Amino acid sequence: MSAPLIRAQGLVAGWQRPATAPLDFMLEAGRILGLTGANGVGKTTVLSALAGSARVFSGALEMRPGLRLALQTQGVPPVDGVPLSGRELLALTAASPDGLPPWLVGRLDHRLDRLSGGQRHYLTLWTILQAPADLVLLDEPTNNLDAAGVAHLATVLRKRAESGCGVVLVSHDHDFVDQVCDQVMVLQEVADVV
Amino acid sequence: MWSELFLLPFLTGLCLALVLPVLGCFLRLRDEWLAALAYAHVAAAGALLALVGGLMPALGGMAAAALAGAGKRLFARRLAGGAAFAVLLLAGWAVAVLLAANQPLAERLGHALFDGQLYFSGGAQLALVAPWTAFAGAVLLVLSRHLLLARVYPDYFRARHLRAWPVVLGFDLIAALTLALATMTMGVMGGFALIFVPAWIAFRRAAGWRRGLLLAVATGVVGYVAAFALALWLDQPFGPVLALLLIALGLVIA
Repeated sequence: MSAPLIRAQGLVAGWQRPATAPLDFMLEAGRILGLTGANGVGKTTVLSALAGSARVFSGALEMRPGLRLALQTQGVPPVDGVPLSGRELLALTAASPDGLPPWLVGRLDHRLDRLSGGQRHYLTLWTILQAPADLVLLDEPTNNLDAAGVAHLATVLRKRAESGCGVVLVSHDHDFVDQVCDQVMVLQEVADVV
Repeated sequence: MWSELFLLPFLTGLCLALVLPVLGCFLRLRDEWLAALAYAHVAAAGALLALVGGLMPALGGMAAAALAGAGKRLFARRLAGGAAFAVLLLAGWAVAVLLAANQPLAERLGHALFDGQLYFSGGAQLALVAPWTAFAGAVLLVLSRHLLLARVYPDYFRARHLRAWPVVLGFDLIAALTLALATMTMGVMGGFALIFVPAWIAFRRAAGWRRGLLLAVATGVVGYVAAFALALWLDQPFGPVLALLLIALGLVIA
């Protein structure tokens, strides 16, 4: 059995000060971990700690050496006014267009700032999701997606995991989390734990 | 004789007309188009300082611009949001004007740099500009993916442990040195016009990044060739003619 992608024991992450309760979890290749909880419990901070940008205050966070990460954040890529097509965006992370939903395939050669908000969101999400990676970190991926987009994303995430990639996703969408995740962790406020 | 007078300056400017629009697209992508004016003014000040000190103006201009490009990182925290370029612009302009006002030697070169006279370029200038612009174009192509990625997906860039500083420093040096050469060749505003207007048109009209670069280069070259011929025919300084032609082209196309 290969080593887990992530092993966290008593992990407390934050920025200027601790922002999460101590967390214990492990993620193996090919599995999807969902992080849920109320606003402000530090879900995004945990993703940032995994990506190496937030600070680990205490506990242990072990990542498999040489892990290739792909991180999608809630921020919209600043592409307004930039002549960048969808196909060129995919090429930036070497993401394949194979498997894109039909409503996006025909728009790959359009400028990103001339797509609708939902189309742009799905394409920018796809660019991260399909980038060559061992671990994909997604922050609220269902934001701005309609029902068809959410259904397509669920299928793609399962396929991505079946191909051996580990996924950690943060979401408020409990139905989506229950549908796609192999393991779910509900984060609690620091005050509740202390 | 014709070759000495016109062909060498034409070819020198043409090299710059090929690479400045590409550089302009990347500066615009990084919201740093003010850098073009800043480096140009610093280069002008450096050239005049070198002249007064008995050194080669071109070397002084390039050294000052390179120093500004590399050194601005040291003050990045204090001069965020493009303030570094505004400070460099003001400092470069002030030094250049004061030198030109107080040193007779610097006055003539100062006028040439700010008027934008292309026709003083000779074989030595071409020998410097041609290989540099080829090198700068190649480096920009190599840096292209990382510059785009750092702009569009800064978090992905960091998560992949891609080091930003070599990309940024490399780009800053290429921008500073290319602008310095452009300033020595076609003046402060001639170089700025080729940086700003083709990129503006490309960002407005192009359907993709690669097409945008091609459109910017095409606009720059067409504007440059037309301005060269027109300025020669009307016996006018090159820089202002180029700027007006590119503005007209920009207003029609963009």
